[in-house]
Amino acid sequence: MKTQANIHKETPLQRFWSEFCESRIAVGALFILIVIVVLATLAPWITPQNPYDLAQVDVLDGKLPPGSEAFTGYTMWLGSDGAGRDLYSAILYGIRISLTVGLAAGVIALIIGTVIGLVAAYAGGRVDAFIMRAVDIQLSFPAVLIALVLVAILGRGIDKIIIALVAAQWAYYARTVRATALVESAREYVEAARCLALSNTRIVFRHVLPNCLAPLIVIGTVQTASAIALESTLSFLGVGLRQTEPSLGVLISNGFEYMMSGRYWISFFPGLALLLTIVTINLVGDQLRDVLNPRLKR
Amino acid sequence: MTAFIIRRLLQAVLVVFLMSGIVFFGVNVIGDPVDMLISPDADQDEIARTIEALGLDRPIGEQYLYFLKGVATGDFGKSFIFGEPALKLILQHMPATVELALLSLLMAIVFGIPLGLYAGLYPDRKVSKGIVAGSILGFSLPTFWVGLMMIMLFAVILGWLPSTGRGDTAVFLGIESSLWTRDGLSHLFLPALNLALTNISLVIRLTRAGVREAMHQDYIKFARAKGLPESRVISVHLMKNILIPIVTVLGLEFGGLLAFSVVTESIFAWPGMGKLLIDSLLQLDRPVVVAYLMIIVLFFVVINLVVDILYSILDPRVRLRDQGA
Amino acid sequence: MIYRSALGALVASAILAGPALSEELTIGLASEPTAIDPHFHNLGPNNAFARHVFDRLILQNELQQLEPGLAVSWKPIDDLTWEFKLREGVKFHDGSDFTADDVVCTWDRAPNVPNSPSSFATYTKGKTVEKVDDYTVHFKSAAPYPLMANDVSTVTIVSDEVGCGATTAQYNDGTAAVGTGPFKFVSYKPGDSIVVERNDDYWGEKPIWSKVTFKPIKSGPSRVAALLAGDVDVIASVPTTDVATLEKNDKVSLSQGVSNRVIYLHLDHDRVDSPFVKANGGGSIENPLQKLEVRKAISMAINRDAIVDRVMEGIAIKAGQLLPEGFFGVSDNLEPVEYDAKGAKEMLAAAGYPDGFELTIHGPNDRYINDSKIAEAIGQMLTRIGIKTTVETMPRSVYFGRASKGGPNDTPEFSFILVGWGAGSGEASSPLKSLIATHTPDKGWGSSNRGRYSNPEFDALLETALSTVDDAKRQNLLAEATEMAIEDVAIIPTHYQVSTWGTKKGLKYTARTDEYTLAIGVGKE
Repeated sequence: MKTQANIHKETPLQRFWSEFCESRIAVGALFILIVIVVLATLAPWITPQNPYDLAQVDVLDGKLPPGSEAFTGYTMWLGSDGAGRDLYSAILYGIRISLTVGLAAGVIALIIGTVIGLVAAYAGGRVDAFIMRAVDIQLSFPAVLIALVLVAILGRGIDKIIIALVAAQWAYYARTVRATALVESAREYVEAARCLALSNTRIVFRHVLPNCLAPLIVIGTVQTASAIALESTLSFLGVGLRQTEPSLGVLISNGFEYMMSGRYWISFFPGLALLLTIVTINLVGDQLRDVLNPRLKR
Repeated sequence: MTAFIIRRLLQAVLVVFLMSGIVFFGVNVIGDPVDMLISPDADQDEIARTIEALGLDRPIGEQYLYFLKGVATGDFGKSFIFGEPALKLILQHMPATVELALLSLLMAIVFGIPLGLYAGLYPDRKVSKGIVAGSILGFSLPTFWVGLMMIMLFAVILGWLPSTGRGDTAVFLGIESSLWTRDGLSHLFLPALNLALTNISLVIRLTRAGVREAMHQDYIKFARAKGLPESRVISVHLMKNILIPIVTVLGLEFGGLLAFSVVTESIFAWPGMGKLLIDSLLQLDRPVVVAYLMIIVLFFVVINLVVDILYSILDPRVRLRDQGA
Repeated sequence: MIYRSALGALVASAILAGPALSEELTIGLASEPTAIDPHFHNLGPNNAFARHVFDRLILQNELQQLEPGLAVSWKPIDDLTWEFKLREGVKFHDGSDFTADDVVCTWDRAPNVPNSPSSFATYTKGKTVEKVDDYTVHFKSAAPYPLMANDVSTVTIVSDEVGCGATTAQYNDGTAAVGTGPFKFVSYKPGDSIVVERNDDYWGEKPIWSKVTFKPIKSGPSRVAALLAGDVDVIASVPTTDVATLEKNDKVSLSQGVSNRVIYLHLDHDRVDSPFVKANGGGSIENPLQKLEVRKAISMAINRDAIVDRVMEGIAIKAGQLLPEGFFGVSDNLEPVEYDAKGAKEMLAAAGYPDGFELTIHGPNDRYINDSKIAEAIGQMLTRIGIKTTVETMPRSVYFGRASKGGPNDTPEFSFILVGWGAGSGEASSPLKSLIATHTPDKGWGSSNRGRYSNPEFDALLETALSTVDDAKRQNLLAEATEMAIEDVAIIPTHYQVSTWGTKKGLKYTARTDEYTLAIGVGKE
């Protein structure tokens, strides 16, 4: 491996990176995304207010325009919402929740989907037919409808919305993994591994799964973005997260009430944050798809 | 083919049956509809009488059996809120949603395919990059946000189009629809565009990807080598091949449009099924929720079947199999 | 653009139909009636719509005072009997005469509509009606009943010939929607529109609108947008957040009026171990809400001015009792409790809670104007005096069930809740009976007493008031009962809702305390 890399003067990772950098938009998006994630992670240390602590939030600070001074002395650069939450603080905390929901749902759906997909690919026959039938039905059902009904039944809260999102998304992963696994397991190297009498588990985890990674990464990014969007839509429809611990979706939906009253900042800034988060994830995902899809290689 | 269709239909019945159970027991867990419906002035006697009248005093299993019995005779139960058969309510709301979905599908095709074709044929031009970036924006923007912006801009600030609601309807070819009147179309435009945005992006991306992949295929190279004019290569050879995935996806998306209309309809006060569903969910009108979901399941199963059949007609290599790939 | 097209339409209609004949009106409603059948669902929007096509024996005016409707006079003739004289010469839309038979059959139909989610039995129960002659009826009750006229004023009169035997579906398709009201039914498309046209033979003041279209637009901002875009002429329930902006807009004028709805906090008076009251750190604690000082401290900690000014944007009135002034049975001696955080803290300390305790406030988030924001603000205020408060809001579909009977044995689940009460009868006995009186299912008392407050002295007083037919005496007894409840902090009222209607310039809506949106209330300036 080492000698090979020396000959090409590039490891696969380096090659992947240089190909990724071919699109300046994607690099910019990745940069912004990293900034967003870092800001959200550091939220408790870089915001003047903990928007979830009612002792720190005062309704007398409510609906202040950007740049106003709060009762407690700090400046609300992005203004405040109806309950008196500093929007800058609320947005950073909100991104944390939105990202947590999106990532948690994405990862859990990925794991469940992958396992089911692999089982289908390897078991074959009736099991495969049954699983794929279920996947088909699930996929033909719009995610928003599944999540809507589930959340309506389960109630509000982060854990519940994650369950709903996983239920709405696992099938995408399962289908992809199964398809890729079927292709891969027909390849020579798997045949070779079989001939070496390697165990099935070993073949799957050491050989087949790594080759499924590329499409999984692409789907993972897209699905994470769509999970975030879905969460905000559900919150907008009134079945999402709680009012007092707002995600971006809840912030926008709260701001929706102020739409016609000229208090643009209450929904505009959270909307912008949501937009930036989703668009950057999608832009990065898009470039990943181009880089990782060998069929498009020129 | 016939055996295939029959088997799929049997599966559909099974799926609908399973769903009915899940949904029925699921929605019965949430809240208490009587508390929602009854006047706060009512005393305990009156509450008890209402619970009995709605059949909610009986064990849930019995309620389900009663419901199944009704379904067998085409009776999905009566809406708690409207007192009318749930099926009738849904059918009353269906035309509004279907015309919305149809127009937005049309928009997706009319805007999506030419833009995608352009972006795919000339991938290195600035305009193409703009189209691609725009398409990403298109499915990243939250629908509800865009809908609101549209109302603000086109209805309130510019005053070009009505803000909400459905316009006048007229009867044409035996179908009553607001597609046939000017007033109706002007009411339809904004919500349909709002609903179409995601699909316009989707069609752009599918078309572009299809074009880019096809351009490297031998049959295109061959057609060009034959000296066919570029326009013919594109309109016949290229289009025919990229249309297959687009038709499939749009077919499936039509169902998605019906479902996504929940969001659009609640913003634009569009009197369709989506709004009926969300209102029923929020007001615990269980019979309507159950009936809606069962009808939607049935609908999707049928759409899938139709798409599969169309697929086999467009692409003879695809054999109708029992199992989706 | 809008101006020009509106002007154009006006000119065109004037040319085509002549003035005063084609005055059309479109109203954007916040919530839609669930049926045209006036007896199907005892619900605000239904009752409001019924006022267009139908009449009642007694009508409630915009202040919910009783006025003659299809009855011209009514009076008790003995302890148990009320005599109603009916209006003569009134015709139903189908041309048939209105007589005592219509009243008798209506009284029979109103409580017995199949599948009714909330029937009118609440008002008809225990009362019978007898026809004396074509234009006289007697209402009888088993015990002296002073509220007879109020109860009669809630029931809509339908026609003996086509209305009484009809199903709800027949009303909805129009065949049975035949009343005596100012408008005739034209069409009903659920979720889309309801259309009525002027009844030129109306017995009372004829409406100025020849055709009225009701369009349900549930979302507040969309409703405002529809008004601004000129798609509708009138909207109900202008969101408080938009009032300030609309006031400055010269295309729109607003009408406001206090409603009969009080927003209040109910506290757990009953359980010694209340599930959502905890000691600091989460351990169990003997329910502090049972102590009068604690309840008083909580009331003092609530900055009602901040709620009215900041959360409600000035569109509400501070509350010190169960109904705003001017209603029958309110007390002149009660003022809203003054905000005093320091005093509240001291009182809390004196009651034995210098460090406060932990509390969860539960409230709905889609029922009252700005409900979840009010709950949040109250959470903030209580946290400031040391009662560490968690705010939990939920959709009303979940909330009310749990608040009324989510606990073991169908008891109320929560300890401290935000709720509202609109007095449909327009007088004080309605909230006193439902919210404060001891929870007694057999008697129909305390049906919404979710704090399970119980005070035998109060119950006795209310009992006396409710059997006193003399209005002046009853008024005083009800005021006295209200004072007793408020002084014992049975509930903590925060504010009265104010309803706002928006109309396009040139129109004016007469604000109503019952929150009804009526076409006859829309006039020209």
